Amino acid sequence: MAELLIKGGRVIDPAQGMDRRADVLVRDGRIAAVGRVASKAKTLDARGLIVAPGLIDIHVHFREPGKDAEETIASGAAAAVAGGFTTVAVMPNTEPPVDTEAAVAFQARRGAEAGLARVLPIGAISVGRKGERLAELGAMAQAGAVAFSDDGDPVRSPRLMRTALAYAAMFAKPLIAHCEDKELAGKGVMHAGLWSVKLGLAGIPAAAEETMVARDLILAEAAGGRLHVAHVSTKGSVRLIREAKGRGAPVTAEAAIHHLVLTDEALAGYDTNLKMNPPLRGAEDRDALRAAVAEGTIDCIVSDHAPHAAEEKAVEFALAPFGIIGLETTLPVLITKLIEPGVLTWPRAIAALTCGPARVLGIEAGSLAVGRPADITLIDPEAEWTIDAARFRTKSRNCPFHGWRVRGRAVATLVGGAVKFRL
Amino acid sequence: MKWTQRHLLGLEEYSAEEITRVLDLAEEFRAIATRNDGPRDDLRGKAVVNLFFEPSTRTRTSFELAERRLGATVVNFDVATSSVAKDETLVDTARNIEAMGIDVVVMRHGCSGAPQLLARSIAACVVNAGDGQHEHPTQGLLDIFTIRQKLGRIAGLKVAIVGDIAHSRVARSDLHGLTKLGAEVYFVGPTTLVPRAFASLGAKVCHDLDAVLPEMDVINMLRIQTERLDEQPFPSVREYSRLFGLDAARMRRAKRDVVVMHPGPINRGVEMTPEVADGSRSVILEQVTNGVAVRMAVLALVTQAGKSL
Repeated sequence: MAELLIKGGRVIDPAQGMDRRADVLVRDGRIAAVGRVASKAKTLDARGLIVAPGLIDIHVHFREPGKDAEETIASGAAAAVAGGFTTVAVMPNTEPPVDTEAAVAFQARRGAEAGLARVLPIGAISVGRKGERLAELGAMAQAGAVAFSDDGDPVRSPRLMRTALAYAAMFAKPLIAHCEDKELAGKGVMHAGLWSVKLGLAGIPAAAEETMVARDLILAEAAGGRLHVAHVSTKGSVRLIREAKGRGAPVTAEAAIHHLVLTDEALAGYDTNLKMNPPLRGAEDRDALRAAVAEGTIDCIVSDHAPHAAEEKAVEFALAPFGIIGLETTLPVLITKLIEPGVLTWPRAIAALTCGPARVLGIEAGSLAVGRPADITLIDPEAEWTIDAARFRTKSRNCPFHGWRVRGRAVATLVGGAVKFRL
Repeated sequence: MKWTQRHLLGLEEYSAEEITRVLDLAEEFRAIATRNDGPRDDLRGKAVVNLFFEPSTRTRTSFELAERRLGATVVNFDVATSSVAKDETLVDTARNIEAMGIDVVVMRHGCSGAPQLLARSIAACVVNAGDGQHEHPTQGLLDIFTIRQKLGRIAGLKVAIVGDIAHSRVARSDLHGLTKLGAEVYFVGPTTLVPRAFASLGAKVCHDLDAVLPEMDVINMLRIQTERLDEQPFPSVREYSRLFGLDAARMRRAKRDVVVMHPGPINRGVEMTPEVADGSRSVILEQVTNGVAVRMAVLALVTQAGKSL
């Protein structure tokens, strides 16, 4: 009987409304007790640390199959545990895309082989992510897909989207929608606003996101399926989601960490490591997102970890691919920019990284309740350090936070009771 | 004054003093800018490459004359037959050229921000000859130079820039330069081509040319780029001309000494009628002449950066 005692930490488990000094006893990979525990088990001293349920990031891109040089499932899973994440859900925009039972099974197997963070595949909604024919959602669900999404190529046809929402409901899986009207977005490469006008870069208007959020909310309510809105980036989207939730609509939502801490102003130097889609928006949008996370309109915070080779990013701004990495920076940036200044409380921030995303996917994770798998993240909230992309576990370096002086980081990550990362 | 700017990426990065310094030096070069009686030696021993990723006749010719009249060794990098067609990146292209011992890169590029990328990647001086929809600083400088030459000052003047402001690098450079020197800049055009956000950059945004025309000291008519018309920013060229074109009837309501400019090439009959383009208030050809003098001044200054002038 393998036992481990995590002793004397501040246990924050929002799923149980818990925030107090306590010990956590792990036995055979599961939580055996939380409280004052007397045990002769091997002890992990957690004094001065925060003991949280293992963090969950439901929006990451690993590049396997297709672009293994940018990220494999193993390298991505290593980056995940180094950043404090015990569970990640991977988007299906690989080459070829994950649109079959076999592809889902392949990713799940690769994740198991890596034996680091739990890797949960997200299947494509349509065959080839082309938005034409529905993929075999049922078979993919049976193979382990936790949700469905066409990722950055949102389903254009409202009829297909309605069908997919209704069909996925049979398997109790959400559809994750990257809400973007590609025609309104046009050739845009950054947020349409003062800064795009100033920099002479084509803009992606907020309306490109908001019109699709509105459409998908209406379709979800009509079809009875569950909708999860990916990386909400605008004030208007927040308003639409808040209203829909108020009506009891079956909708959840996420915000990416960079949208919570950066604005389009940061693009003044044309740094392609600040180019992502949806783009960094204005200060009003950032503030609306912060309020939405604080009040719970937004259920979870994600990294939208999107690795790209250095040479792909070392080009003219308009030509660079969208996307930045984030698994190893999300937690310290969150602590430094949102918790320390008092934008989010510790319990609320931890909820957005644990029980919030677990509820979105309907998975048994994100809590330290007795009997649950012992996925645990130990956080040192005081550690001061400088982010150095050269030391990342991820294979890519497209990180806008390189060189930031931050406070707080994961110092140990346990998956199923086993230590998978130790600083 | 000590000159510190090693590059000219945009007029946004230049102070009023620096812009005035360029204009004053251009004034000195103006007399010899059109003479071919042997080069000066300001750039003797220096090599300049004209790296043009977009077709350009007048800007490239103007730069080349400026470079030769200052005594530089000039290389023209022809994109059509280069390895750029083989998918070489801008940074690799630039590093390869630099490895041949180049002191100044003059670049025109279709992507906004490309000169910033170049300046970060190589040690040579970078002069922006137009980047995407961002800036065209030497055009801005020659516009300001021409206005100062005609009206004797910049401060207090009202300058209308009319047309497709949204996609215009000339409009942005003119705005930065003119407002720094104290002029009021009016951006005039259809709502679809003059975003309100320009007001936050210091421009007065206006959609009715006739309303502001009588007060203007300068009218700079931008070219309507026909390749943009598939986005349908306005219903037809005919309607655009009716609302925003400069013709004899409108000229009668303008100030008697108004200065009419155009960065070229003109769509005759669209932005302005031939009688206006060739009329007594038009300074379009003087702009072209001044362009050489202004570019000489820029090249002489950036290559002397760090030295006391």
